[in-house]
Amino acid sequence: MEILLASAVGILTASGIYLILRQRTFPVIIGLSLLSYAVNLFLFATGRLALNQPPILSKYADASYTDPLPQALVLTAIVISFGMTAVVVMIALSSYLAARDDHIDMAGNGGDDA
Amino acid sequence: MSHWIIAPIVLPAVVAPFILMVIRYHRDLQRVFSVASVVALNLIALVLLTQTMDGTISVYELGNWPAPFGIVLVLDRLSAMMVLLTTLLALAVVLYAIGSGWDTRGRHFHALFQFQLMGILGAFLTGDAFNLFVFFEVLLIASYGLMIHGGGATRLRAGVQYVVYNLLGSTLFLFALGTLYSVTGTLNMADLAVRVAELPADDTALLRVGAVLLLLVFAIKAAVLPLHFWLPASYANAPMPVAALFAIMTKVGAYAILRMYTLVFGPDVAVTEGLIGDWLLPAALLTLAAGSIGILGARELGRLVAFSAIASMGTLLIAISLFTPQAAAAALYYTIHSTLTAALLFLVADLVLERRGGRLTPTPPMPQSGLIAALFFAGAIAMAGMPPLSGFVGKLLVMDAARANSQVWTIWAVILTTSLITIVGMARAGSILFWKSHDRSVLPPEAMTDEDDGTPVAPDLAPEPVPGLAFVPVFALLVALVVLTVLAGPVMRYTEATAAQLFAPADYIETVLKRPGS
Repeated sequence: MEILLASAVGILTASGIYLILRQRTFPVIIGLSLLSYAVNLFLFATGRLALNQPPILSKYADASYTDPLPQALVLTAIVISFGMTAVVVMIALSSYLAARDDHIDMAGNGGDDA
Repeated sequence: MSHWIIAPIVLPAVVAPFILMVIRYHRDLQRVFSVASVVALNLIALVLLTQTMDGTISVYELGNWPAPFGIVLVLDRLSAMMVLLTTLLALAVVLYAIGSGWDTRGRHFHALFQFQLMGILGAFLTGDAFNLFVFFEVLLIASYGLMIHGGGATRLRAGVQYVVYNLLGSTLFLFALGTLYSVTGTLNMADLAVRVAELPADDTALLRVGAVLLLLVFAIKAAVLPLHFWLPASYANAPMPVAALFAIMTKVGAYAILRMYTLVFGPDVAVTEGLIGDWLLPAALLTLAAGSIGILGARELGRLVAFSAIASMGTLLIAISLFTPQAAAAALYYTIHSTLTAALLFLVADLVLERRGGRLTPTPPMPQSGLIAALFFAGAIAMAGMPPLSGFVGKLLVMDAARANSQVWTIWAVILTTSLITIVGMARAGSILFWKSHDRSVLPPEAMTDEDDGTPVAPDLAPEPVPGLAFVPVFALLVALVVLTVLAGPVMRYTEATAAQLFAPADYIETVLKRPGS
């Protein structure tokens, strides 16, 4: 279980970073999405892995439970990353339509970013 | 429990949707509500500042949940100061945007502006690390909209870079928070401080990783050297009034460093010992050097001002990374100075851009050249740190605070040399812009269009001077700098008290967690 989750986070992060280093906006956006999936899984695991357990305390029995806070954090992170992806897609689209060019760098434009 | 603390977040959060939904087709009403909201925010900030004058720390528990379980807003001297600084800056920027007509060049300027303020003010007030992330996202998502306000191919492409870079930063922030949570089991800053101090010394590998990741995130925000690439292209291509507002955004990064690394990973926490002193200090020195060399090398006015903002962040971070109360007090004074100065220079740059374009080459003279030249040189003097303006006082304080450090000579050499480079760079730009202008007939007509986006530049567009309202906020910022210089004594007393409060986090922790004995 642990090895599965850890390698999932690792593979998603690695492919995300690889895609972010591409030249055009589409792979970069896909890479950002993969990275946000990776971070969601990672956040979920910060409350320790527990199978089939409720995220609430039970006052009737001394049952074990799973940490509810990371689930709330993941929910927030999912909402935010979803919104951000929509924004970046829109900006990238309008940038492509305005400039007729979807390269992510701005070379040939006096781009002397020290 | 005073409800004033949450007012700076609630007010823009209510005004922005109101502007967006109810009065979206009434330009004048939008302006009225936007300005009224910012004025009200200024008054609230003043009230908050007077509440913290005697050193009280107030806690606002959202939904009345006690501290480690619910989200808290915390108002101490540092937050109150940053809130007031933000609202003052916002007032100048919103007036300028109205005066220069920038708010009519795209849609929803005022709504985005209010959301941006909500994010920035929330980031300064929150006492919860995950809430800090959420407010970072609020201010970022509003800043994406403001950054591409007005459109244009170059601006949109710069916008894509800016968004992608900041999304990466957000992801990193989440990784850092996840790591911290998995070690400590809490995200409340005060609770984090307690847990970090209690952690056994041989079980801190993950915590170190978390601390370094967190520093990286804030360094991206603060544009520290290896991570500063996003800033010049974004700020130079953003609308200049927006860039002036963004002057406070780099300070959000500096604020977060100061807050987290005095409260949670304080000077006496063994886990992160040397992280600030050994790593941040060289990076800050390099940032300062790169910024001033960028000023000298810039071929375009917007870029020049963007690099000067980087240079001033360098000076500010040097002061923070010295990590003593005296240096923190100097850093806070320099924060006020550098925010106002960067905003002043961005607004002056906009005045120039509107008239002649930003290219640093001789062009025909522009209207109101003398007045703008005077403003530019006043801003340049403040930025370079020459007397009589507050930059001089600020740099003097930073250098004085560096005396106790073992690397004092390196720090002094870098600060003084970069000041000289900044003076040369600013003088070069100013003399090309204002003194080398010559008659219209000398220049071939194709030099009158801006090659970057192919739009005709200012001399064709605006021969008539813009209404005086655009000059009011620029002069107001200059007056604020003068006031900051004249009242350096009282301001320093406040920042010294702030630094003392920061370096004695026990009060903060006890107030937030309601532990007895404060």
